[in-house]
Amino acid sequence: MSRIGVFVCHCGENIAGTVDCAEVARASGELPGVVVSMDYKYMCSDPGQGLIKQAIKEKRLTGVVVAACSPRMHEPTFRRACAEAGLNPFLCEMANLREHCSWVHEKGETTTQKAIDLVRVIVEKVKRNQPLYPIKVPVTKTALVLGGGVAGIQAALDIANAGHKVVLVEREPSIGGHMAQLSETFPTLDCSQCILTPRMVEAAQHPNITLYTYSELESLEGFIGNFKARIRKKARSVDEKLCNGCGVCTQKCPTRKIPSEFNAALGMRTAIYVPFPQAVPNKPVIDREHCTFFTKGKCRICEKFCQAKAIRFDQQDEIIEIPVGAVVAATGYDIKHTDFFPEYGYGKYKDVIDGLQFERLASASGPTLGAMKRPSDGKEPETVVFIACAGSRDPAKGIEYCSKICCMYTAKHAMLYKHKVHHGKAYVFYMDIRAGGKMYEEFVRRAIEEDGVNYVRGRVSRIYEEDGKLVVKGADTLLGARPIEIKADMVVLATAVVASPGAEHLAQKIKVGYDRYCFLSESHPKLRPVETNTAGIMVAGACQAPKDIPESVAQASAAAAKVCGLFAQDELSREPVVAVVNRCAPPVYSTCVGCFLCEQACPYQAIEREEIKTRDGRLIKTVAKVNAGVCQGCGTCVALCRSKSIDLQGFTNEQVYAELLAL
Amino acid sequence: MKLGYYPGCSLLGSSREYGESFCAIAPRLGLELQEVPDWNCCGASAAHNLNRELSLALPARVLGLAERAGFAEVVAPCSACYSRLAVANHELQDETLRRRISEIAEVEYRGTVRIVNVLEVLARFASDSLARKVVEPFKHRVACYYGCYLVRPPKITKFDRPEDPQSMDELMKVIGAEPIDWAFKTECCGAGFSVSRTDLVAKLSGKILNDAVRRGAEAIIVACPMCQVNLDLRRDAITGYLGREHTIPVLYISQAIGLALGVDEQSLGLHRHIVPVALSQNTTAEPVPVEPVSSGREDA
Repeated sequence: MSRIGVFVCHCGENIAGTVDCAEVARASGELPGVVVSMDYKYMCSDPGQGLIKQAIKEKRLTGVVVAACSPRMHEPTFRRACAEAGLNPFLCEMANLREHCSWVHEKGETTTQKAIDLVRVIVEKVKRNQPLYPIKVPVTKTALVLGGGVAGIQAALDIANAGHKVVLVEREPSIGGHMAQLSETFPTLDCSQCILTPRMVEAAQHPNITLYTYSELESLEGFIGNFKARIRKKARSVDEKLCNGCGVCTQKCPTRKIPSEFNAALGMRTAIYVPFPQAVPNKPVIDREHCTFFTKGKCRICEKFCQAKAIRFDQQDEIIEIPVGAVVAATGYDIKHTDFFPEYGYGKYKDVIDGLQFERLASASGPTLGAMKRPSDGKEPETVVFIACAGSRDPAKGIEYCSKICCMYTAKHAMLYKHKVHHGKAYVFYMDIRAGGKMYEEFVRRAIEEDGVNYVRGRVSRIYEEDGKLVVKGADTLLGARPIEIKADMVVLATAVVASPGAEHLAQKIKVGYDRYCFLSESHPKLRPVETNTAGIMVAGACQAPKDIPESVAQASAAAAKVCGLFAQDELSREPVVAVVNRCAPPVYSTCVGCFLCEQACPYQAIEREEIKTRDGRLIKTVAKVNAGVCQGCGTCVALCRSKSIDLQGFTNEQVYAELLAL
Repeated sequence: MKLGYYPGCSLLGSSREYGESFCAIAPRLGLELQEVPDWNCCGASAAHNLNRELSLALPARVLGLAERAGFAEVVAPCSACYSRLAVANHELQDETLRRRISEIAEVEYRGTVRIVNVLEVLARFASDSLARKVVEPFKHRVACYYGCYLVRPPKITKFDRPEDPQSMDELMKVIGAEPIDWAFKTECCGAGFSVSRTDLVAKLSGKILNDAVRRGAEAIIVACPMCQVNLDLRRDAITGYLGREHTIPVLYISQAIGLALGVDEQSLGLHRHIVPVALSQNTTAEPVPVEPVSSGREDA
């Protein structure tokens, strides 16, 4: 006979605001099999858990129902409490009175009645719960870091320094990411490359880090501690072992008019190229889309000049399979380009540029070697307008969020411009200045007060070209929304930060959630900011949301700490919510008839074939068997099994039918 | 193709030539226009500033009558009519509101009619019947001026690109014209002040006109009676503001298309313009050097 305890949580006012919790507890007490029921303000708190533990011991409970929130957050909490009181944790279940009831209904009797119904359903389930035991799995102590920007480099170095192996994968020919493109960094104005490039070298030379540049994740299978990553190492067309990075090939390549990605299309590069002189590794790549040999079948000039004989036109993509225990996704961001803004000329005005292009203009390693020259004619711009929130915080543009870094980098841009062109005029159009951060507000004040940047609070409605000037039409909303027109020589748009191209595809590949903007989802916005809902996969940097360098680095170190925590264990336990094919006594052995529909249905390739043989080796029958390490407990095989031979532990057919019948 | 037709007051009054030219080209494109029976004022300019229910009831009655007459779509050539009808139609998707307004208007409306503008309608014929029926290509450099209402608010109109629309430019290309690239396509002509502050109209319309001329346009093409009236009728005031006279004519898109289709000038109402429509024969004129209007930080 079942002895069930029902514990109703008020969740402060979240549940008690609309549901009469005392009444739910009273009504639950009258359900058959329930021997104790009570309500409490915060069941997840220490005293709340104490009530459950005490009841388990005193009333010798065989099952526990916690009627509270969604199991997503607190099921582990309550199961742990039960385990501490000596009850098998899988005999504890939650009835979701918050998301499924109190949050979605008005206060009233019917709401309370629904809460009671939800409890009754779960009580019927728990009566049929079986004690289950966690599955132990080994841990592969190698981490896969996706993305070689500052976040990926930081995470890789932290994990490697803790003594674990790291595989760092970067899709571009060099690591460094967007940070390598930046000129100076706020709020200290220290040179971005000076602080980043030593880190890049450190990552490349670290004995624990294996670096794959110009490579992408092809697929990721498996589960926490036991992933199998397949990495596509794209054909560089250069033998990296032979190449000594002399650079003659890039000097001799006749295809020289390809917009350089690193210089944000302000400079040109050749078809065989190293993205920038400080690239790591300093080995060129042939861009097959533009190379004359690959497009027209002749040229081979680089091959002729290569002393090391390292050019390999016939090189193929290589697929590398690596077992890894944890993954850090640090795939970064992109920005909207100027062609996204019809009101600012749809990208047709050469002197309307985006923030990354300004970084390249201001950078000592950029196309102008740091001289302030506008793209159209190379003249020094006398008047520059900076437009903050270009696209961001603009529902009409489909981007409702704040890109977070623009206020600061716009102040920096205006400041850098004033430092280089003392007599120049800098205007910043802004909505609000969001300068929260250590020394950030002071930095913006410095731009305004010391460097004399004109901050105009208002939006720019249009930019058009007239007589070689860019007419910027806006409004000054602090001066009575008076319309203003500024004739500028150059305009810099602080365009919105958006997810990196392919972020959605990657998220699906590694089975991590993402929001409507394709930023990867953390498990909990406050308490689990670097983990994802897929165990063993962490996020770091701007692939999760727009963020600046200090935040990206902090999150990367946090992700690394989570990985190291995981690698500190030799074995992991997994929830035993897996499918099981029944076994019974001879001569039946199993009701499975060996049709293997389940094998085709399983999305995780968890179904194996088991041969049942007599002692002398004669085959009796072949039946299905679920690999508990691979099974994700989705239940597809259960639904498909024609002979009803498969059941999902924790959600057996018997349990589910009992729930339905209790409604 | 049958289409409900809502002329509104402008097309019977100050902009008769818009109505005349649109009705003249419609049958040639295979478009049958049927006037919405017993239509009334759309309520533009006054109603929506004074009384929300009135501003909805007026267009709701038109929509209800159109629905009763069996029209799935109604074309409203006047931009203000188009805007009022489309906005009301959008708001009347709310069932409670629709019932209440239907009661006030004393015509039931179930929300099934779609309001379309002239550009939207003409675009459907662009690649097929229009292209085939051009007899006298309209070989002129034109400034396509959309005004504010046709593309805004984008959530309601769901038509073209709100900041840099293209549909009129595409139509002009089909009839052989060369649309110029300019920045004033959707700038305000000052229609809201066309009675109370004509000095502002002169300034706003003057800038539009000046830029079109500066960039070498021979004609400004519009699809809105208010735009046409401001740019055409207010030419003296504009000349006063600019300090120089421009003779660039302002044509309705239906007139330009009509000319390309070989419709006679009388049927297109070209004689009704204030600024004479005197276009040189099939030439593409060179841009005339003209001083810009705007200067520096506009504090005056």
